[in-house]
Amino acid sequence: MYRYDEFDHAFVSERVAQFRDQVGRRLSGELAEDAFKPLRLMNGVYLQLHAYMLRVAIPYGTLNSKQLRMLAHIARKYDRGYGHFTTRQNIQYNWPRLADTPDILAELASVEMHALQTSGNCIRNVTADHFAGAAADEVADPRPYAEILRQWSSVHPEFSFLPRKFKIAVTGAERDRAAIQVHDIGLHLKKNEAGEIGFAVYVGGGQGRTPMIAKKIRDFLPEEDLLSYTTAIMRVYNLHGRRDNKYKARIKILVHETGVEELAGQVEQEFLQLKDSELKLPDADIAAITAYFAPPELKNRPEGWEALARWKKADAGFARWVDQNVAPHKHPDYGMVTVSLKPIGGIPGDASDKQMDAVADLAEEFAFDEIRVSHEQNLILPHVALADLEPLYRGLLAHGLETANAGLITDIIACPGLDYCALANARSIPLAQELSTRFGAAERQAEIGELKIKISGCINACGHHHVGHIGLLGVEKKGAELYQITLGGSGDENSSIGEIIGRGFEPEKVTDAVETIVDTYLGLRLEQSETFLEAYRRVGPQPFKDALYGATQAAA
Amino acid sequence: MSDKVLTANRLSDGISVWLDASGQWVENLQDAFVARHAEAVAALEASGKAAVADNKVVDVNVIEIEEKDGVLRPLRLRERIRAEGPTIDYAPGYRGLLGPFEAA
Repeated sequence: MYRYDEFDHAFVSERVAQFRDQVGRRLSGELAEDAFKPLRLMNGVYLQLHAYMLRVAIPYGTLNSKQLRMLAHIARKYDRGYGHFTTRQNIQYNWPRLADTPDILAELASVEMHALQTSGNCIRNVTADHFAGAAADEVADPRPYAEILRQWSSVHPEFSFLPRKFKIAVTGAERDRAAIQVHDIGLHLKKNEAGEIGFAVYVGGGQGRTPMIAKKIRDFLPEEDLLSYTTAIMRVYNLHGRRDNKYKARIKILVHETGVEELAGQVEQEFLQLKDSELKLPDADIAAITAYFAPPELKNRPEGWEALARWKKADAGFARWVDQNVAPHKHPDYGMVTVSLKPIGGIPGDASDKQMDAVADLAEEFAFDEIRVSHEQNLILPHVALADLEPLYRGLLAHGLETANAGLITDIIACPGLDYCALANARSIPLAQELSTRFGAAERQAEIGELKIKISGCINACGHHHVGHIGLLGVEKKGAELYQITLGGSGDENSSIGEIIGRGFEPEKVTDAVETIVDTYLGLRLEQSETFLEAYRRVGPQPFKDALYGATQAAA
Repeated sequence: MSDKVLTANRLSDGISVWLDASGQWVENLQDAFVARHAEAVAALEASGKAAVADNKVVDVNVIEIEEKDGVLRPLRLRERIRAEGPTIDYAPGYRGLLGPFEAA
């Protein structure tokens, strides 16, 4: 993985010292809240319902054991013994004291981490496929490009005060596991006929109150043009993006109002000016960054095949976990392991300090010291020999991390919702817990198959409800919570925005409503292999409307 | 007019607090000073402004509450959750209405 150079170390330390001074002046009263708020936000410190919240950046979701142990240490020393992994592959702490935040940032800096650009109208943490560098369907590892973008965008003077926040995602595989089509910029690594690496460039996707699928404005951008072309997009957005209305300020609105062709033309024009500037990436620079992400030396471990078959036969729980949470690696003797942070009835994305320490230890022992955070709020061990799966499983089991539900109905994404968030209108976590408990039986989950439920507690859509196969949006109606259901959303290479199915449901009725939807799907699917999403795309919303509201009411 | 109290978050640690009758910011809504008429509400608002200027608290708001069997409860769910804590058992040591968080 990437290691800080002297410049990075000096830069991050300087920022910590600067923030320590700002916090000191705030606490002494020298700085008023109006002046201080933008400064704390630039350092990832929010104020939520019960306390401050610190959001720590995990660039493209990649961590080593030392860093994960530091995240555990911070949870233990400065918070309440846990952290919450987010859909931007970051971690949030819910109870830090403002007075402690400079010390927390100093501790993070000691393991090459920070909280910069996790808030504000700047380019946020660049996300990437959590299976990067390991997936069998990968054209190239997206992380070197994400790292180049991170370095370029960090405190970029021209792009620190954009009309609104800006999110970039990169994927390097055929299957899109980074939801690039619902990002401000989505980059899809590919090879052209000559075998050269480049990107398909998507612009103007996003969720929030106006969900949109990104439009492709370049089918093949050579890798050397990554920064010049991205700069061109940013300049067009910075110049023409709306600053008069916060709700219309994202680039998706600009793309929509300008038209794709016109906007692409403007970008190309700007790009022509920049193409041969100092932004052009030299091959040597790309190679130097790529070298940081060289895969570990994976020795052949063919003995794992026989052992795996034997272990699976002996332990049904282990077999289920392997079948659900271990995906094929590009090396046949290895697997990519999803460590589920979705225990049945638990809080999606939360991990205790002990669990973080345990995963760090296991990663060191069995997974070449590499950990990823997925945007689906799980942890990933991308390189594990099949021969080591059984001891790894025992280690996870000892810490309640063995839930075999990756991609299943209980692998729910949920934002913090009204239990923590100052923006939320309704709770997300208790609903996730109830759904998880309702559908938690292993046999039932297996019978239902792949089904992604995503829950947001407000229209800002941090819980990605627009791209949930079943999406749940909490709203406030007459002072009470109400949940709106959307169906048919998807955040993969065939992204779609879910459709609102009808009137919303009260908290005590929404789990039953989801069950009705699931039962309707089970009744109409052509065969067990037809997933919920496939079935929905085949039959449309009507059968689900009929089941939820009755045939006559739905027609009205 | 519904009864009102003044709430904020403490500057140093962000913890939710309410203003009591002696002008102190307390961690328990039940100890808050309840304004039952317009003049008392105006006094609350003035106290809020002073407290912000004094850099003791941030995000000051007058909120509506009701009193039932001697127990104060905010009308809005958001404020109830602020007063009573998250509705989920988020970590060992969380005791909800029984008292402050106690590290395990």
